[in-house]
Amino acid sequence: MKIPSSIWTLLIGILLTLVSLWYGQNHDLLPKAASDEASLVDGLFNTMMTVSVGIFLVVEGVLIYTIIKYRRRAGDDKDGLPVHGNVPLEILWTAIPAIIVIGISVYSFDVYNEMGGFNPHAVHEAPMTPQAMKMPGAAIAATLTDTPASTKPNLNQEKSDEAMQDPATAAVRNADQIPQKQNAPGVGSVAPTIGPTPDKEGKPPALTVNVTGLQYAWIFTYPETSVTSGELHVPVGREVQINMTANDVIHAFWVPEFRLKQDAIPGRQSEIRFTPSKEGTYALICAELCGPYHGAMRSQVVVEKPETFAAWMKEQQVASNETLNQAIAVNPAELSPADFLAPHTHNMGIQPEILHQIHN
Amino acid sequence: MTQAQVQEKANIPAEIEEPGIRKWWEYFTFNTDHKVIGIQYLVSTFIFYCIGGVMADLVRTELRTPEVDFVTPEVYNSLFTLHATIMIFLWIVPAGAGFTNYVLPLMIGAKDMAFPRLNALAFWIIPPAGLMLIASLVVGDAPDAGWTSYPPLSLVTGQVGEGIWIMSVLLLGTSSILGAINFIVTLLKMRAPGIGFHQLPLFCWAAFATSALVLLSTPVLAAGLILLAFDLLAGTTFFNPTGGGDPVVYQHMFWFYSHPAVYIMILPFFGVISEVIPVHSRKPIFGYKAIAYSSLAISFLGLIVWAHHMFTSGIPGWLRMFFMITTMIIAVPTGIKIFSWLGTLWGGKLHLERPALLFAIGFVGTFVIGGISGVMLAAVPFDIHVHDTYFVVAHLHYVLFGGSVLGIYAAFYHWFPKMTGRMLNEFWGQVHFAFTIIGLNMTFLPMHKLGMMGMNRRIAQYDPQFTFLNEICTYGSYILAVSTFPFIINVIWSWMYGPKAGNNPWNALTLEWMTASPPAFENFDKPPVLATGPYDYGLENAREGVPLSDAEPILSAGTNSVLRANPDEPYPAIAAETDER
Repeated sequence: MKIPSSIWTLLIGILLTLVSLWYGQNHDLLPKAASDEASLVDGLFNTMMTVSVGIFLVVEGVLIYTIIKYRRRAGDDKDGLPVHGNVPLEILWTAIPAIIVIGISVYSFDVYNEMGGFNPHAVHEAPMTPQAMKMPGAAIAATLTDTPASTKPNLNQEKSDEAMQDPATAAVRNADQIPQKQNAPGVGSVAPTIGPTPDKEGKPPALTVNVTGLQYAWIFTYPETSVTSGELHVPVGREVQINMTANDVIHAFWVPEFRLKQDAIPGRQSEIRFTPSKEGTYALICAELCGPYHGAMRSQVVVEKPETFAAWMKEQQVASNETLNQAIAVNPAELSPADFLAPHTHNMGIQPEILHQIHN
Repeated sequence: MTQAQVQEKANIPAEIEEPGIRKWWEYFTFNTDHKVIGIQYLVSTFIFYCIGGVMADLVRTELRTPEVDFVTPEVYNSLFTLHATIMIFLWIVPAGAGFTNYVLPLMIGAKDMAFPRLNALAFWIIPPAGLMLIASLVVGDAPDAGWTSYPPLSLVTGQVGEGIWIMSVLLLGTSSILGAINFIVTLLKMRAPGIGFHQLPLFCWAAFATSALVLLSTPVLAAGLILLAFDLLAGTTFFNPTGGGDPVVYQHMFWFYSHPAVYIMILPFFGVISEVIPVHSRKPIFGYKAIAYSSLAISFLGLIVWAHHMFTSGIPGWLRMFFMITTMIIAVPTGIKIFSWLGTLWGGKLHLERPALLFAIGFVGTFVIGGISGVMLAAVPFDIHVHDTYFVVAHLHYVLFGGSVLGIYAAFYHWFPKMTGRMLNEFWGQVHFAFTIIGLNMTFLPMHKLGMMGMNRRIAQYDPQFTFLNEICTYGSYILAVSTFPFIINVIWSWMYGPKAGNNPWNALTLEWMTASPPAFENFDKPPVLATGPYDYGLENAREGVPLSDAEPILSAGTNSVLRANPDEPYPAIAAETDER
């Protein structure tokens, strides 16, 4: 019995759909999801994978079929049928990819919004600098390098300065300070942000951590407790905001299990918010080429129970106080005047150059 | 009489007195013949390809184990920086220019390029620029900030190496701008009488779209690099944050060229595939106009997608959405091309023994993987996860190796008889194809998983859990290295001793086949005429009722609606002729 081709097409279509759906859900290509954001991204990826497998199988299937069916038989030197085109078919295969990409765009938009990435108001609410508006063109240009007026204290700058004063850090860093630009859309400087998820809009995060990237380490500081650490500890299920910047070159903060990545750019601050959802220890990887030992720039993110986190925090506070006492008790005689005065001059707003002149 | 015979009868003179066989040393001169320049481009870029390939294998050898144990991390960074720079600026981009140089004037019936000396200049910039770049590795201070050369990193690594890199890329960019100007003017002004845009082979459309893109985007890269050079050498702070500069501005300027560069690297080979598939499957190209205009659409859209390289960098949320949508939309014209090629293959008589067709089919089959992962990368939330990982490495190699390089090989096998007058050995071509496809998929397929699982790119040491997949990639890269040997030997041997090809070994219809092989100086005896469309294969067995597209209305008048154009008539003769019917 000859089976009509339309039935074959239908059967193949059903089979393709089933295979795509199965593989899209069972590909095992991603590490486990350990944040609320990660499960959203995984849903999007699974959908794209389903569609992709379908398209891949159709194209490769047609290729293999034509190779077998339409290969030239020995002795056949004739040409094929002169089919130049088929307008309905061409419209169809233009429309299908168009609909697919629009669908994926809308879904991506939704996921991105759920993650807290899409926040158009943030840009409009950013203050315009009143001086800049009154100035003629040249003067506006001159302000480009300045930090635009902002009422918020720039925590990253402080942390970055503190890191600079750590002798171990200063030894490998040039001491030039990098002015931090905060939100200033007028000069093209906008803090790259993945903000609060829509349900947490307007609420402060449960925990804020400042992160400084430098060749080849991450420094984490907890502004509420002044704890400084080489690894990131966060309580499970609480929303964390990371404010990051870099001291030397561009680094990127990436935790594969959180599906989150953000460049830490010297001269800017970037922010991401996320909610870790599974306890465990995950690798924190620098994803942006930052020098020869880029591959070694790794740290750990420890997601733990709130109690364990509190205990860790306490331990760190005690430890850091001890170090501070030691430092003050032991070191002054060995320090140069500039080094010794550095924390104070910073607080008083005195530039190192001026101090140098006065001292001489 | 087949269409090929009709076309040949109209054009090939009964006896060609002096086919353009050249002395070997002519290829080492400052010749202004576009054919000599084309071959100069192809041979020298292939040598750079081999050098870049050796670097890739050194990189992969380092990555065979998780530890840093083969080269130092500094050398490792220089190796991948040079590998990428060479492959992009000294292999794929100029190889595309090489084919365009050789074939474009022949296809449009011109005697040469519009500006032959500019053409020679454009080529002769390349070897010194390339040698300078490679020499930096030998003198011990090679660029090692990645081919993107992002400041501030590029400002704090070696000054000499970075300076050499900037100078070299500036020169190569200049070369491609000069080439693009020449291609555009040649296409607009040098077509033989009677050849309108809709009679052009699709390779010419692709060359036009590519050249437009080069002209619009390369100057922006040049500007960025000059500013970077000021920062590096003169201490300015355009991009240096210690003086208030903004490193993100560099990224915008860099990607404004370097994303279109991907299309500069792939569009010419879209054109090649549109030539190879109809000839070797003996069918008219399916959807001529759709393919032609989709090249222009890709060219235009290619200019407004650059920021998708910066989704994790410093751009605001709404801008990420804009660039996500433009990036996704590029999938539509690209999809049109892929489906049209499938439509062309469908119902043809596929000469599968010919390596040109094998590579073209391989192109469609592997490029589609790169295209699909490209759409995934356009989706912002997923890109945030995989940006700067091996997933991106896999994607770009599927596009540039599985696409461009396979396209270059298809073009080599297709036009070799025209360029040298001799045939390549088919068996060794098939061996070459088999090794390339196996090596390519073995090297790059596992990288998708590596990236998603958490292996970032540009690292000399990695998490030991990724060892097994990295070993597969490394052995795959060795297979790729081996795959070039049959090709190199085949080309050299066939060029000297291969069987004579004749003027038109594939029975093709485009004008480059309507002259001697290799073509004489100034290409044609007399201005060529179009006796058929470029892809009118199989018209003699057209049945009643076979739909012919409106792309070629004149063909519906029946077989042998020949001699549409007459060299003595002005160029809009075709429209008048159609009206008369």
